[in-house]
Amino acid sequence: MGREVAESCVDGVIMEMVSAYCNRFYSSKPELAARRIEAIGFQVGHQLSERYTMERPRFSDHLEAIKFICKDFWSELFKKQIDNLKTNHRGTFVLQDNQFRWLTHISIDASPDNVEASQQDSSSPTSNNAAQFTSMHLYFPCGIIRGALTNLGIPCAVSADISNLPACSFVVRIKA
Amino acid sequence: MAPLAPRTGDAVFANVERVNAELFTLTYGAIVRQLLTDLEEVEEVNKQLDQMGYNIGVRLIDEFLAKSGVSSCVDFRETADVIAKVGFKMFLGVTASVTNWDAEGTSCSLVLDDNPLVDFVELPDTCQGLYYCNILSGVIRGALEMVSMKTEVTWIRDMLHGDDAYELRVKLLKQVPEEYPYKDDE
Repeated sequence: MGREVAESCVDGVIMEMVSAYCNRFYSSKPELAARRIEAIGFQVGHQLSERYTMERPRFSDHLEAIKFICKDFWSELFKKQIDNLKTNHRGTFVLQDNQFRWLTHISIDASPDNVEASQQDSSSPTSNNAAQFTSMHLYFPCGIIRGALTNLGIPCAVSADISNLPACSFVVRIKA
Repeated sequence: MAPLAPRTGDAVFANVERVNAELFTLTYGAIVRQLLTDLEEVEEVNKQLDQMGYNIGVRLIDEFLAKSGVSSCVDFRETADVIAKVGFKMFLGVTASVTNWDAEGTSCSLVLDDNPLVDFVELPDTCQGLYYCNILSGVIRGALEMVSMKTEVTWIRDMLHGDDAYELRVKLLKQVPEEYPYKDDE
């Protein structure tokens, strides 16, 4: 294992970056904020996958590359592997992490108060805000995965599904 | 020298959750790069990095106090030592040295020879006014404000600009005394 820093450093800069883009720079244009956050993730994923594959032979097919993301790449980032991988064999892969670390950390901050508030107030704008805040956070890991795969020669689109919190599924659609 | 804190920086760092520093360094680098693109003015990027750091410092102080076992420092000298030896170590895994005290004991320098924020970083000529590590000064300012110390933190030396180390000047502007139920001996 090389150099390490406290996990709270990474959590802190990601949380601040998301909040700066959503609340300060593009507060009235969430889709622009999302694109910037995704771009930052893309850059990180691209560079990390370059570093982690330096001494490897090229992957023979898409599945091999996706498996690398699920195992080695995910372990470097989160000290665990992706828990479940599914594919329709037509270029769509679903990578599920049953306890996605970045979500369990931020949801502590973002949701509990807001969920309660929404029960009292049926119009629930706060709960929408919490959901939006969570989804804004997901653009970063989606960008990381897209950047990593793009670096491996696989152009794709990546989205996230959090209908089963704290599990998080990343849906990778490879572009033909 | 006797240890100033109940736990050494090494002991605290060994007990916190840690991640691979590359993820941190590259994430920070990607953020700075995107900010330069979106905000255009280097001055504005410096300001935003400082603001992000401040917000992080305001939150990190709780974790620091909880995990380090550090309680009140007797004076600003002890505060600076704790930041350098325990604070930096606990979060970044490196220690700083404290030098260049002024006569009043209200301003000093924190010097870093090793800084994980800048691994793999080179500044292009267009970024000469950029304080790449400005998030650090914001963190210190934010954290100290939460323990009643108003400070000003500025960069004196920066290896990305060709200096031989990173040097942060920390100046205590105002200390709001904490209220205790008893008075210190007199």
